Amino acid sequence: MSDQNTITGNAPVAPRLALRDRSLILKVLTNPLGVFSAVTVTLFAFIAIFADSLVRYDPGRIDYLALNAPPSAEHWLGADGLGRDIFDRLLIGTRFTLSGALLAVLMAAIIGCTSGLLSGYFGGIWDTIGTWFTSVIQALPGLVVLLAAAAILGTNLYLAMFIFGFLLSPSFYRLTYVIVRGVRNELYVDAARVAGLSDLRIMLRHILGVVRAPIIIQAGIITSIAIAIQSGLQFLGFGDVESITWGSMLSEGFKVLTVEPLQLLWPSLLIAWVMIALIVFANTLRDELERVGARVRRATRKSMTDHVKAEAEDAIVHPEPDRQGELLLDVDQLEIGYLQATGKYNVVVHNTTLTINKGEVVGLVGESGSGKTQTALAILGLLPAGGTILDGRLVFDGIDLRNIRGKDYDKLRGARISYIPQEPMSNLDPNYTVGSQLIERLRVVMGMSKSDAKTRALQLLDKVGMPNPEKTFSSYPHEISGGQAQRVLIAAALSCEPDLIIADEPTTALDVTIQAEILELLRDLQKETGVAILLVTHNFGVVADLCDRVVVMQYGRVVESGAILDIFDNPQHPYTRELLGAILDENGAARGAYVAPTAKAGK
Amino acid sequence: MTAFIARRLATGVLLLLTVCTIAFYLLYLGSDSVAHAILGAEATKADIVRFNLSHGLDKPFIEQYWNWITHAVRGDFGEPWTFTQSVTEAITSRMGVTLILASTALVFSAIVSVLLGVTAALRGGWIDRVVQVLGLVGFAVPNFLLAFLLVAVLAVQHPIFNAVGWVPPSQDFGQFMKSATLPVFALAFAGIASVSQQVRGAVKDTLQLDFVRTLRTGGLSHKRVVFKHALRNAAAPALSILGLQFVGLLGGAVIIEQIFAIPGLGQFSVSATAAKDLPAVMGIVTMTALIVIVVNLIIDLLSATLNPKVRLS
Repeated sequence: MSDQNTITGNAPVAPRLALRDRSLILKVLTNPLGVFSAVTVTLFAFIAIFADSLVRYDPGRIDYLALNAPPSAEHWLGADGLGRDIFDRLLIGTRFTLSGALLAVLMAAIIGCTSGLLSGYFGGIWDTIGTWFTSVIQALPGLVVLLAAAAILGTNLYLAMFIFGFLLSPSFYRLTYVIVRGVRNELYVDAARVAGLSDLRIMLRHILGVVRAPIIIQAGIITSIAIAIQSGLQFLGFGDVESITWGSMLSEGFKVLTVEPLQLLWPSLLIAWVMIALIVFANTLRDELERVGARVRRATRKSMTDHVKAEAEDAIVHPEPDRQGELLLDVDQLEIGYLQATGKYNVVVHNTTLTINKGEVVGLVGESGSGKTQTALAILGLLPAGGTILDGRLVFDGIDLRNIRGKDYDKLRGARISYIPQEPMSNLDPNYTVGSQLIERLRVVMGMSKSDAKTRALQLLDKVGMPNPEKTFSSYPHEISGGQAQRVLIAAALSCEPDLIIADEPTTALDVTIQAEILELLRDLQKETGVAILLVTHNFGVVADLCDRVVVMQYGRVVESGAILDIFDNPQHPYTRELLGAILDENGAARGAYVAPTAKAGK
Repeated sequence: MTAFIARRLATGVLLLLTVCTIAFYLLYLGSDSVAHAILGAEATKADIVRFNLSHGLDKPFIEQYWNWITHAVRGDFGEPWTFTQSVTEAITSRMGVTLILASTALVFSAIVSVLLGVTAALRGGWIDRVVQVLGLVGFAVPNFLLAFLLVAVLAVQHPIFNAVGWVPPSQDFGQFMKSATLPVFALAFAGIASVSQQVRGAVKDTLQLDFVRTLRTGGLSHKRVVFKHALRNAAAPALSILGLQFVGLLGGAVIIEQIFAIPGLGQFSVSATAAKDLPAVMGIVTMTALIVIVVNLIIDLLSATLNPKVRLS
């Protein structure tokens, strides 16, 4: 028992969610749209409950003196074809309309959420049953089922809404299912299970907390659908003859549309008003939920950069008198920032300086989030939306990259600077064969003919060591392995004979044995073609294997740079030392690679 | 691909069978009360027995079902209780109208929402906001309210279009346009509102995918990557949304046909329900399920040709 207390007590999720919920309600209520929907819902709930005391006449009373009376002090919205007061009938109609819709939503939520919880949490057979039921229900339009039901069960509003609730349950089912599947594998649920909590308790305590908000949003949407369908049914003449609803008033109003259009207008307006309020409520709640999440993320990011600024220091630059080759890429004092909602920039890369000479292999090392990928993307001119180069120089072979855009940049990419991504499988278009993707690039960039491009593509596939180039050529990306896909991407990067390849963690996503093969391939191809490579990595072992020079980044700035041997023999910055120390702890492949610089130094 | 088609067909047949079985069971389970309702309050016990006997309702459920399904697979849905035409004839003579109405609405909403959704995702700005507001309004205003508005303004006040009736396109295309424009628009509007938002989301999601950036790094222009690669990837989710939309359109057609006095399947289902004609209702349920399943099959095949990965799942 005490174990359970510790675990649940330590679980940070439940209390934080509760806190967020309270502030969320406040947020929704301070938003004008939120106020509009809250006021509408409260107003109509009030009318539904107290309709009896609000009416001024007997709503069933037929008054032959007031047939189709226009709006007046006596009848605020006029009277209908039997002289009944329209305003009163709308008030009474609110009760049946809303309680019917509420019944449908409750049914749908109870059935949908329970089954979603069960099949999401237990999977297996529950999963199959749930999916099958969903497809059976979705094979028929709800209205057709409701009509069929009315044929045998007669016209009873609540019965129809009860059945409709069942038909609507898949939307709650799917919602709950997806969320529960996601949460189920979270660590805190595992922890609760290890602590010996029963499945039921875990579901109630941890999972329900997460699905609550999305369910409320969904309920808003479903209520509005239920009102629409119910009004539609009543309009078709399948409502209770006894009960007054907005739908039955629509039906009556439609009959006199050409002579008394107002009688159709009033119930239509009410239906539209309530439905819009419900949808607006759902949207506002969703937007606020998303915004709360975003705000938290932003805040942590911001505090991180503030913290970093305080301990900024100059980079340690090892002198390199023996450097060979002509300057190819010159990055000087580069600063990259992301525009925030506040209008300020969140700076993710500060004063970064690095140079690459022709034919050089330069390692850009640092842990994730240190700004190395941002630097690489800035060179390619492909920073994600919101990202901008705020300051500094970015010159490639005499071309100021900060001054070109559009077509001019397109001409540079692929042809002169190309890129090898980190995760091979997600970086090929799944809908085109490997061959057609290679050919497309060759034709666009090099202007080759189709047959020349095919010959060249097959050569390239052979060059990167594909055992059967023809087969790979006509394969779709999902038909080849991750290692093969990375070889294809290397072939693509090389295809248009660039001067510089930016390789962004090209081996991180691969198995250890394949990592070694890919590194060897890169080294061989580099020697053969003499292309310069900017190798972005967090692994000093990989750097040792391939690079001539190293640039170390931490917290968005360069802390140390120099020739590979100087860095390995004489690391100055504590962070560089830490990274170097880390490779000794890594797996065998990396440690083996550490020998490489000595071998290189020998020649 | 053949295996994929076979698998999808088998699922479709099984689904149709399940729907028919459940529907038949539920409908005929309540047939006692139906006999009461049709014969009226003063019907004697003997009247009801005679009614059941003449409609075969006295036989065991399994026998009735077997009888129905062996005829149904041959396209014979039996004799209705109240209509003069056979159920099959009554349905086929009305189905064409509903199919024209629903498929015109589907094609119209597909074209408009793809245009709107793609532009909103790529351009952002005001058109993005228009699509968002449209999504809200389209979702919150049921199609019959829109139909009332259209009839009141464009048929009664300014008689540009017909308020009621239906002229088949093969008979007189001009008159078809006059009679079909308002119902098609009323039906399609909700579809446009929701599908354009979904298309917008699908395109935005696709633009975030890794390979889109990687294709750019290979020197392909933004335009080329968007139109040749991203849109094709966004097509699969968009298509499955259209499939769901079609089910909604068939349901919406029931009310829209009533408002515009269009002699389609929806109107038939309203009168069959009002007459408590079980064979007719059963026939309508079966045909509607068949149409939905066939349309979803077509959409599955379309997304499989567009996206090689779909064939595997």
